[in-house]
Amino acid sequence: MTAPGPSTETAAPPASRGRALARWLYGRSRTQLRLLLAAPLAWIVLVYLGSLVVLLLNAFWAKDAFTGNVAPFQWTLAAFEEIFGQEVYRTIAVRTVTIALLVTLTDALLAFPIAYYMARIASPRTRGILLIAVLMPLWAAYLVKIYAWRTILQGNGFLAWVLSPFGIHGPGLSSQPNAWLVLSYLWLPYMIVPIYAGLERIPGSLLEASSDLGAKAGVTFRRVILPLLVPALVAGSIFTFSLSLGDYIVPNLVSNAKFIGNVIYDNSALGNVPVAAAYSLLPIVIMVIYLFAARRLGAFESL
Amino acid sequence: MVESSWVRIGLRIVSGLVLAFLYLPLVILAIYAFNESRLMAWPPPGLTLHWFGDAAANPDIRAAFLNSIVAATAATSIALVLGTLASLAVQRYEFFGRDAIAFMLVLPIALPGVITGIALQTTFKTIGLNFGLMTIIVGHATFCVVVAYNNVVARLRRLPRTPEEASSDLGADTWVTFRRITMPGMRTALLSGALLAFALSFDEIIVTLFTAGAGTQTIPIWIFTAIQRPTELPVVNVVALVLVLLSVVPVYFAQRIGGEAASIAR
Repeated sequence: MTAPGPSTETAAPPASRGRALARWLYGRSRTQLRLLLAAPLAWIVLVYLGSLVVLLLNAFWAKDAFTGNVAPFQWTLAAFEEIFGQEVYRTIAVRTVTIALLVTLTDALLAFPIAYYMARIASPRTRGILLIAVLMPLWAAYLVKIYAWRTILQGNGFLAWVLSPFGIHGPGLSSQPNAWLVLSYLWLPYMIVPIYAGLERIPGSLLEASSDLGAKAGVTFRRVILPLLVPALVAGSIFTFSLSLGDYIVPNLVSNAKFIGNVIYDNSALGNVPVAAAYSLLPIVIMVIYLFAARRLGAFESL
Repeated sequence: MVESSWVRIGLRIVSGLVLAFLYLPLVILAIYAFNESRLMAWPPPGLTLHWFGDAAANPDIRAAFLNSIVAATAATSIALVLGTLASLAVQRYEFFGRDAIAFMLVLPIALPGVITGIALQTTFKTIGLNFGLMTIIVGHATFCVVVAYNNVVARLRRLPRTPEEASSDLGADTWVTFRRITMPGMRTALLSGALLAFALSFDEIIVTLFTAGAGTQTIPIWIFTAIQRPTELPVVNVVALVLVLLSVVPVYFAQRIGGEAASIAR
């Protein structure tokens, strides 16, 4: 048989033209691949990576002395000199990373018991209910949750009311630990879910073997559960750490602490784009290092 | 059962406390929505439904709500198309640089949102684009692509290849195989991806504050500005309660789809 006659092809409605294209594509996997990749790759490369490159360039561009606008292609290291020259930028970087790590640790500590309860102790029915109960706050609006904490923490809010019988004042909205508390609250479900999934993958027989061989709960946890849980913990920590590292809304709304994100946002709002751009290289570098480390620890398979 | 009864009781108590921690702020917020007083002192002196009417009549809230719906719909549509194409390419073909592309695709969510925000804003400024709904959509679509991609790629990984091969052995062309075999297999993953992308876009503020410009408000931006004006707080409380109640919708659908969307990606 030869190829079908051209008359049937052209006379047919447009649907058939698609059919002809599909037939032509059959077996041409390179062409298929190019067609599939063209649009998404163009978007990611042009819009996203392109923007990152423009951001990087802006970090090295001067500001026009008269207009205050960025002067493209006028190279200078002024922004980096400002960042490395002033103590405040280092203080803020250290503070942000410290709080992001504390949030990650807090969430891991809070997530483990409930994840363990869900994975190993709860009945299948309770487990389903708990899973929904844990996921619900995840879908509730981010800003609404921060606002809720604002009302709780403020001077005459819920917390002050609870503490007042003990003669303790509420923290108010200018206390730095507020940022740690609220960020831990926000990202807790992101830690519970991977730990729960990781615990479910550990065969119960391993825990039984450990207990049969005389290990107490603490030893089983340290020598059996924890090593097997590392990928899940790291996977969860990517969320808690990265989301805390870049947040500027929480520190702004519940505390008076400045985070890396605040420096970026404030400088950009004030028209000081080169400094904002230069400083934003810091979280990029931190996250790239973190992601490579996470990859080595096998976290990407548990995402 | 390995766990001693003490361990089990302890775990149950701690789990209860963690749940209480997760829900306490939402409950307090729900009560404030009915607060009779304009002041936010706890406890509320009395209860009223007055603020619900005020919120419904507020033109700023309506405009912001509409903007949020439009932005989320557009961003989700773009993300579904691009994410599906990319996942088919990465999961169904062998090619040079595949790992690099897979890594690039998840970058917008792995890096902090503030980076996406400042990068897009700087670029829009540098090339002289006008800020508005369009730039919001571009920003949202950029991270929503990852969500769609992640959902579909996870499904394709588990979907057996044999039905597709059988289909093409039986003479179906690429299009027929896609429509009748691959597509039905991906359908629920697409649905949950869409759900997640829509919810993320609807909720987004970190990137949006950078890409919105002065004139355009979404619901999160409206809340962000209104929070800082004490007179608006009674109405903010109502909007907050409505948003918390709305979050039941995606959870319900995610459960029905089969818990696929329950796997996280942000």
